Amino acid sequence: MVVVEHDRGILSPASLEAMAAARTLGTQVHAVTIGAGADDLAGVLAAHGAAVVHQVHHDVLSDYGPEAWGDSVAQLVGVFAPEAVLACGTDRGNEVMAHVAAILDLPMVANCIQITLADDTWSIVRVRWGGSLLEDCTLVAPTKLATVAHHTFEASEAPVASDTQVFAPTLDATHARSVVSERVERATGVTLATAPVVVGGGRGVGSPEAFAPLEELAGLLGGVVGCSRAVTNNGWRNHTDQVGQTGTRIAPDIYFACGISGAIQHWVGAMASKKILAINTDREANMVTKADYAVIGDLHQVIPAISAEIRRRRGT
Amino acid sequence: MRVLVCVKRVPAPGAKINITADGQAVDTAYLAFTTSPHEECAVEEAVQLVERHGGEATVLTLGSVDAAEQLRYAASLGVAKAVLLAITEPEWDPQRTAAAIATAIVDLEAVDGPFDIILFGNESADSGGFQVGVRVARALGRAIVNGVKGIEVGDGSIRARREAEAGVEVYALPMPVVLGVKEGINLPRYPTMKGRLAAKKVAVAEVTPAAEPGGQRMVTLRQAAEQVSNTIILGSGPDAASAVVDVLEELGVLR
Repeated sequence: MVVVEHDRGILSPASLEAMAAARTLGTQVHAVTIGAGADDLAGVLAAHGAAVVHQVHHDVLSDYGPEAWGDSVAQLVGVFAPEAVLACGTDRGNEVMAHVAAILDLPMVANCIQITLADDTWSIVRVRWGGSLLEDCTLVAPTKLATVAHHTFEASEAPVASDTQVFAPTLDATHARSVVSERVERATGVTLATAPVVVGGGRGVGSPEAFAPLEELAGLLGGVVGCSRAVTNNGWRNHTDQVGQTGTRIAPDIYFACGISGAIQHWVGAMASKKILAINTDREANMVTKADYAVIGDLHQVIPAISAEIRRRRGT
Repeated sequence: MRVLVCVKRVPAPGAKINITADGQAVDTAYLAFTTSPHEECAVEEAVQLVERHGGEATVLTLGSVDAAEQLRYAASLGVAKAVLLAITEPEWDPQRTAAAIATAIVDLEAVDGPFDIILFGNESADSGGFQVGVRVARALGRAIVNGVKGIEVGDGSIRARREAEAGVEVYALPMPVVLGVKEGINLPRYPTMKGRLAAKKVAVAEVTPAAEPGGQRMVTLRQAAEQVSNTIILGSGPDAASAVVDVLEELGVLR
């Protein structure tokens, strides 16, 4: 059984990774969509292998609420007794599965990258330290609860004949207390998590003002500026720009890592980038040795030169 | 206002994490220790809540006796009381940890009254189980929201803000409440000399927790496959710009 993450009916693509992972484990995969606003997702879930889509309907479920979602899934587990429940290891995925685990008093293994079935005991490889260490662990439980690490299993279509079933959970005002009560919608535009290009600056940038050339380069490429933890700790940029284990995980087509040494904390947030180009004065910096491309030099000179060259080729 | 903040002592690695020969733990022979980053901010938030609304903050951890260092650090920032749930194993699984913390909170509240707000970090930097706070909140029958990057206290309730892909979500929650906070909610302060001296006098209440192991067992730790990269050096200094833009064209990002 896969818990499908969505925001008021808009599917989170990460859920399709959990569908792909579930198909490797079970002969039959059920998907769960919470709230009537997500009923339209049944089609895409069937295309990704959901033999049954459980559509959970209740007045409380008009928007996201971790307690209400957790109880809904726990009640479904009580009725349908799946062997396992999976979600993708996103903020919401881990949060909802933690609630399910707490309600059912079962273990929950977060951010798995490999699951091997062996009778009653599962052998699991999961990530620690944001992905820089692996843990081999075992899971013993009547219903196995786990999340799969984001960007690990590749979503792919595997259409099956699919059925939808409406499920009405028992929820009350207690569950409504932690439902989103209001929102401030983000202005449209690219975000750090989804930007095709990220220009990241570290301690080597030197000051808040010195980020201007990084902003310019990002603007030319339709991207956004990111930064390391050292930068936010210095108060140079807002934490919303921080790439890293405790910031945002990015996955752009190219990441410019400028004046960033590449500590574990930062690396695990950047490692899903398709290509990394490091700009650093230190040829031995961790970020340089791990990058696909590097320019050895002072970012304050190199970045404006790159922007100028882009303009020259575009004739602007 | 009574605030409890739960923290975890973790190693502070640089560019690489080494593992002990038996694969059971991070090799900390040459590492310093710190408070897990989200929890550093949780401590700062606890201190700020008490500064704004009066009352008292307590810090709690489950870990080795050495974790008293992180409790004293919190005390040096303005936390008044410290509780150590001392274990002898390197770590406890999330179910067991949560059960021990929930029991300890019930015991603490029986003596001094309920905590209005209990803060956790969103997840620990090392084991990253993403669940201890939720399990504790459920055991106590209290509301919890994770990923919190802003707290406003009202009359008997709080407003918690968190960032999501679509924007900022606001949750209106009744107190007493449990919150999992994320780094970025504040910029933690550094301790003052006066704070450091005062922290030495704070008594750390040591408790021996009892809880049964859960169903998740760590077998061994190992390194993730090292990303092998034969870095292509495109050049030195501004002269490399042309080669960089060639790469951008090749990758199709120069639209």
